[in-house]
Amino acid sequence: MSQVPAQLRYSPTHEWVAQLTPGRYRVGITDHAQELLGDVVFVELPQTGQAVQAEAACGVIESVKAASDLYSPLSGEVVASNAELTDNPQWLNEDPYDKGWIFEIQADEKDFAQLLDVAAYQNSIGE
Amino acid sequence: MSETLQRTALHSWHLAHGARMSPFAGWEMPLHYGSQLREHEAVRQAAGLFDVSHMRPLDLQGPAARSLLRRALANDVARLDAEPGRALYTCMLQEDGGILDDLIVYFLGEDRYRIVLNAAGARADASYLQGLAEEEGGGVEFLPRDDWGILACQGPKAIAWAAEALALPELAPLKPFRSVAPRADLFLARTGYTGEDGIEILAPHGHLAAIADALLARGVVPSGLAARDSLRLEAGLNLYGQDMTTADSPDRSHLGWTVDLRDPKRDFIGRSAIESERRQGPAQRLWGLLLPRDAIPRHGYELLSAAGETIGTVTSGSFAPSLGLGIALARLRADVGPDSAVFLQVRQRQVPARIVEPPFWRHGQAVYPAEESLPQ
Repeated sequence: MSQVPAQLRYSPTHEWVAQLTPGRYRVGITDHAQELLGDVVFVELPQTGQAVQAEAACGVIESVKAASDLYSPLSGEVVASNAELTDNPQWLNEDPYDKGWIFEIQADEKDFAQLLDVAAYQNSIGE
Repeated sequence: MSETLQRTALHSWHLAHGARMSPFAGWEMPLHYGSQLREHEAVRQAAGLFDVSHMRPLDLQGPAARSLLRRALANDVARLDAEPGRALYTCMLQEDGGILDDLIVYFLGEDRYRIVLNAAGARADASYLQGLAEEEGGGVEFLPRDDWGILACQGPKAIAWAAEALALPELAPLKPFRSVAPRADLFLARTGYTGEDGIEILAPHGHLAAIADALLARGVVPSGLAARDSLRLEAGLNLYGQDMTTADSPDRSHLGWTVDLRDPKRDFIGRSAIESERRQGPAQRLWGLLLPRDAIPRHGYELLSAAGETIGTVTSGSFAPSLGLGIALARLRADVGPDSAVFLQVRQRQVPARIVEPPFWRHGQAVYPAEESLPQ
């Protein structure tokens, strides 16, 4: 059983989304996602100022065994990314909901409200 | 593919030790027990334990066993004649020189051999060899050891710890690529697939859990196929089906050294194709590649010349935990070599790669230290 914090929202592609303020959201990958990826060794972050589309690739996560696309759960503009992951990619495995956050996005509140809640996400991963 | 996966005798042992299981060549095998990196490190620093029971031992015995293997295998089992227990790595070829499979053959004693086959090809290889034996007039008995499994204990501490934990003093003096059978139900070989010292332990299914428990109690770390893959790639060891297939000869696969042409009278299958390829030179060769950690090569990625021409393909690629770099085996056009400028296509980028002779890791250290390894 992986950790799925109740206060977060989720995407079907295994990103979590935290509301910082209405319209500004922090994004990372779920505990379930990091378990599937295995040991992460490199993260290609989206750039600040970059426009991203919901469900489109905006970065890459490389584990020892494979490269996987990072998807944006929302459409909007990237306003920050976690540069510390460049030297500490293992934080995605060790602390996916806190130190392992990946980027922040300015997006529409209505889109955020459409994301999966904890029960729906748990259901989608069969837990 | 809805075929049910086969399980090794240690299936519940793996689950009890926290394994994440994954399908591999028709078997349900441990991928890792929490962290591939930690297991990789354990094998480089101390010792790891792998269940490799998906690989299948097959015994061949009888007056025609030696001549069958001299015909079927590209390396020459005559090299083993003087020393029962000795092992040989070899390819088994098609007439056109393409590699059917790679395997280790152990000489057990007069007219008796043991081969260990890759999971995917084991059944087909066995019937192929049986067919060949019949063509040659019989005289070989085939004894698949389906009631046995294989554990690999690998790492600089593997021999000492296994000798202690299993009370097997005969391990310490065993030389690399030699085997010993202390009892009828135990076979130990100083072989492996990690680039470290170690042993492979063959024993009946019912004995495996006790052996695994004893090794763990001594400090050996349970390790999965994910770590086995990054370890073997650092050691420059090919994986059948990925770095070589029936479309590739040994010379195209960095395995020319395993083809033994010394006895001109030995007409092994694939010999004439190999000789003709040697006269012309192979069209492609398998090389190692070094890349920075933000451009990790993966199976199928393309390699380009400075002019943008495709000159090869990555056959196996990974982050190399012991080097902190991206590494790969790649099949490149024969005119490309260590002095050539090559670029790996990584998503939208073309990243300069250094071409090197494998392995990347040998005798407990990096062959190409990270700082001085990459093109500027």
